[in-house]
Amino acid sequence: MKALICAASLLTLTAGAGLAQKPVLTVLTYDSFAADWGPGPIVEKAFEAVCGCDLRFLPGGDGAAVLSRLRLEGARSEADVVLGLDTALTAQAAQTGLFVPHGQAAAPDLPVPYEDPLFLPFDWGWFAFNYDKTRLPAPPASFEELAASDLKVVIQDPRSSTPGLGLVMWVKAAYGARAPEIWEGLSDNILTVTPGWSEAYDLFLKGEADMVLSYSTSPAYHLIAERDDSKAAAGFAEGHYLQIEVAGQLKSARDPELAQRFMAFLLSGEFQAAIPETNWMYPAKTPAAGLPQGFETLMRPEKSLLFTAEEAAALRGEAVDEWRSALSN
Amino acid sequence: MAQRAFKLSRNLAGRGLALLIALLMGSAALALALQSGRPVLSASDWGAVRFSLLQAVLSALLSVALALPVARALARRRFAGRGVLIAAMGAPFLLPVLVAALGLLGVFGRNGLLNQALMAIELPGVQIYGLSGVLLGHVFLNMPLAVRMLLHGWQAIPQEQVRLAESLGLGPRAQFRHLEGPMLRQVLPGALLAVFLVCLSSFALVLILGGGPKATTLELAIYQAVRFDFDLPRAAALALVQFGLCALAVLLAGGRARLPMGGGLDRAQALPRPGGWRLGFDALALGLAALFLAAPLAVVVLRGLPGLLSLPPVVWQAALTSVLMALAAAFLCGLCLLALTPAAVAGRRGVELAAMAPMATSALALGAGLFLILHPFVAPSALSLPITVLVNVLMALPFGLRLLMPAWAAAEAGQGRLAESLGMRGMSRLRFALLPRLRRPFGMALGVAAALSMGDLGVITLFASDQSLTLPLQVWSLMGAYRSAQAEAAALLLVLLSFGLFALFDLWGRRNAAA
Repeated sequence: MKALICAASLLTLTAGAGLAQKPVLTVLTYDSFAADWGPGPIVEKAFEAVCGCDLRFLPGGDGAAVLSRLRLEGARSEADVVLGLDTALTAQAAQTGLFVPHGQAAAPDLPVPYEDPLFLPFDWGWFAFNYDKTRLPAPPASFEELAASDLKVVIQDPRSSTPGLGLVMWVKAAYGARAPEIWEGLSDNILTVTPGWSEAYDLFLKGEADMVLSYSTSPAYHLIAERDDSKAAAGFAEGHYLQIEVAGQLKSARDPELAQRFMAFLLSGEFQAAIPETNWMYPAKTPAAGLPQGFETLMRPEKSLLFTAEEAAALRGEAVDEWRSALSN
Repeated sequence: MAQRAFKLSRNLAGRGLALLIALLMGSAALALALQSGRPVLSASDWGAVRFSLLQAVLSALLSVALALPVARALARRRFAGRGVLIAAMGAPFLLPVLVAALGLLGVFGRNGLLNQALMAIELPGVQIYGLSGVLLGHVFLNMPLAVRMLLHGWQAIPQEQVRLAESLGLGPRAQFRHLEGPMLRQVLPGALLAVFLVCLSSFALVLILGGGPKATTLELAIYQAVRFDFDLPRAAALALVQFGLCALAVLLAGGRARLPMGGGLDRAQALPRPGGWRLGFDALALGLAALFLAAPLAVVVLRGLPGLLSLPPVVWQAALTSVLMALAAAFLCGLCLLALTPAAVAGRRGVELAAMAPMATSALALGAGLFLILHPFVAPSALSLPITVLVNVLMALPFGLRLLMPAWAAAEAGQGRLAESLGMRGMSRLRFALLPRLRRPFGMALGVAAALSMGDLGVITLFASDQSLTLPLQVWSLMGAYRSAQAEAAALLLVLLSFGLFALFDLWGRRNAAA
């Protein structure tokens, strides 16, 4: 018995030592990427198979919270790579001076050209209002039609959620100076404003609202994972604002070469193939096998809207104030 | 002289601990404030201050006013299921806010049971989003807490006085004036204050049920400053404003009268049970309260039940982590309360204020401050569990103190002189003279600490690491990945565990409790 315990502890020790020798790569990301049902475990397995390292995901809340966490930590961050910022946040992220150029070629399959020396896109999606076809046979086809209807929508607060901020940017990109007027028109359609995406989407699923601000790819989850084809995204004539999710390598990375290899891995077939059915977004480089079956049924906007990082950063305060005063009356 | 020395030494532990708490919170605030940049509070921030105050005052008044008839009915009636109803009163307060909001909307929402029923009988539906929704949510969460606090008050009226009143032939009105009135003057400020403080820093529920940016509280502004804008000096300034409001409320609610009643012999209590319309009124109050509290809970249970057994293993693992953290938080909170309460009862306003302060503090701002302090020395993710336990202990202290102080004061008033004359000090005094009279509120305080810690989603998100997945984080993560059926099941598990822990401690307190 004693010998058995000795052998067991020896084994654990050597196993522990074996692990300790492997370099560790720490990736700070948002919770749902790192979750068991997110892309995290697939990516971890695939990368560890080729890197001879231990890939560790550090969940830091949602995209905006990830950036805050990084700024709290500053140059002494635990992380080597940050994954999951979006284009509304990259200007602030660049300002921290914590990132180094990724050195990768631009991602090929984005609907708009996007190149940023510091941030490499790994997936993207269009913001869109989702509805239930069985409850709403004829959805509105523009913000103005939505404002004229008596439909009720749930949106997210731009002060606490990235989709919420995306919507404010969407209206601003589509209407410019007319944005306050559009928000006035929408104010009686807004059932409520939630702090984050999850609450809003849940309210929609429970039938509280006719439509919810989400992504054009959201119906794919219900179609593929739940075999439910009742959900759809409404196409808006103004065009749809994009969310491009990016990753960046930190200056403080313990093993810059390893971090660099992970950055290159982002656009590999294995990483990109995991995106559509775990993150429910479009891959930044379509895998060789194409998109999973079901994605061809999704609404594809004719026009994509996107502010550059600098424009978005400059407009944000004003746009959020317009949103707030229009909805506070 | 001996009495003086004794009081002094005991207060020392409490005062030291209070100082430690004040230092901890002060340095966290300082760490935030010292970040570069100057805080600017805008007009909309002052709008948030106004709305925070308005809704918190109304929520407190409504919750306590509605709790009065319910607590009184519970105190003087005996019926089958009374114990269950009292225990269940703990449930709403312990619900994670998001779960509570979704349960409420399942009943009162646009597509909720109430509106479906109204539609079936062709009546116009009700629309709750707005201030009414916020108040509904806060009354749902806090009225039961107020009931429990007031019920302790009624139960603390010595049986001898009830009998005396009866033998003097006092009618219900006179009994109210001589027995219940003085008791309420003692207990009401504490109950109002507790609800006010909880509601002042509420934000997710306010936003969801409030229908838009009109319903913005200070806590949302703090959240925005910490999590979204990374404007830490602003977060510190906002947290300071919130803290100031809370401190003001604590001072206003102070100046409690000592229990004017003499000691009793801890006999089992039986209040007079007037019949007639008063019986009908009590039955109505209890029936309505039970229905109001049970319906949203039933929604949560029914939605979560189908998926409960098919939850992924990682959720069960997270549940174990959360339970262990909750037990640690309850244990530590209990120790702190034993040190702090006597000092606060002895009239140390500073101690009381320090122990109440965490409630006034934004957990998020506190967490961010601690993060800044610790980060130079140690990886914050390595400390995520201890820090979360620590912050949860701090957050639970105010409830515990509010629950324990009146009972402790009464026990000291009733037993203190006797204990003193017998030379009972320290542990023996605590064990034989005080604790038997404190078991009920003490058990409840521990239960609240455990359950609050179980449901925490505030601090852990700042420090989260791959090793520290707690159950609330899992619920959140499932919900964020479209898996709402699993999220509902995990939320039900969370509710069952929180409430289970609470009920265990509470039961310990209520079993064999004297008085």
